[in-house]
Amino acid sequence: MAYTLNGKTVEADEEGYLVDLNEWNEELADLIAKDENITMTPEHWEVINFLRDYYAEYQIAPAVRVLTKAIAKKMGPDKGNNKYLYELFPYGPGKQACKIAGLPKPTGCV
Amino acid sequence: MEEENESGVVKKFMYVNRKAPYGTIYALEVLEMVLISAAFDQDVHMAFLDDGVYEIKKGHTPKGVGMKNFSPTYRALEGYDIEKLYVEKESLEERGLTEDDLLVPVEVMSRADLAKLMSEMDVVLTA
Amino acid sequence: MSTLHTVNKSPFERSNLDSCLGHVVAGDSIILIEDAVYAALSGTSVTARMADAAKQFRICVLGPDLQARGMDTGAVIDGITVVDYGGFVDLAAESRVVNAWL
Repeated sequence: MAYTLNGKTVEADEEGYLVDLNEWNEELADLIAKDENITMTPEHWEVINFLRDYYAEYQIAPAVRVLTKAIAKKMGPDKGNNKYLYELFPYGPGKQACKIAGLPKPTGCV
Repeated sequence: MEEENESGVVKKFMYVNRKAPYGTIYALEVLEMVLISAAFDQDVHMAFLDDGVYEIKKGHTPKGVGMKNFSPTYRALEGYDIEKLYVEKESLEERGLTEDDLLVPVEVMSRADLAKLMSEMDVVLTA
Repeated sequence: MSTLHTVNKSPFERSNLDSCLGHVVAGDSIILIEDAVYAALSGTSVTARMADAAKQFRICVLGPDLQARGMDTGAVIDGITVVDYGGFVDLAAESRVVNAWL
């Protein structure tokens, strides 16, 4: 599949993950989120930015369990828990948030 | 003694890395296997010996050969609760490397000690 | 006329480099690429053999493959030359035959 943003086509795989991570931008993230029936809020962006930082540092998208723990460590237990993260990303803070963040499907996501 | 978690018996796994990175795909494949297997809450050990010690050498810069630098991912292992990393002393020495050349904290042990540790595992996967 | 020998396997894992060294004749060149670049470094168990070979033959090592593996070009054995892709092409062009020790 592909996304169309401002008349430009951005390639994605059959599940909607970007083929080329470098094509990501915030406007595209909004578009992908819309496809996922998510309206982006500052709370969503906080997770997306965290994921992008994680990827920049470790070169992988974390498994959801690892993401939850890492967010708890950085932002506290109020945000680093399944309930909070699944409310933001109902189809999974790993799978869905990574897609919006322009990252590959999480490694170690079974 | 075997422990149990909610889904059953915890086994001692050891992934043995003995291939250099980039020249072949083995190193990356083992790393991905380890990350995926981390979801099963097993007692995971990673050993680096022979050319496998090169996998965790600092300073990989594969841009010039058009490949992705996957070495930072070894530093993510800690977040996956994989903290038992062992490096064989003789393999380092044969290659002129020391513990300071490595990008993750490891336990350096002799070939004989590593052999003993390996013999205590329930599952060993070598690549 | 000469042969350029390419070696791409680690000297610690395979015997390709040893075989190559046993079949090089005067005037030939050797280039170490991919996992064979580890053979070009000082301080290892194959350094003495390589330093000796470098006295008899022209031996080169591919820089981008050293950098990929985090190896310092400053640690390359004296007498072994670091080349880039262009240098690799020049070596091949200068040689009558290229023999790849895969």
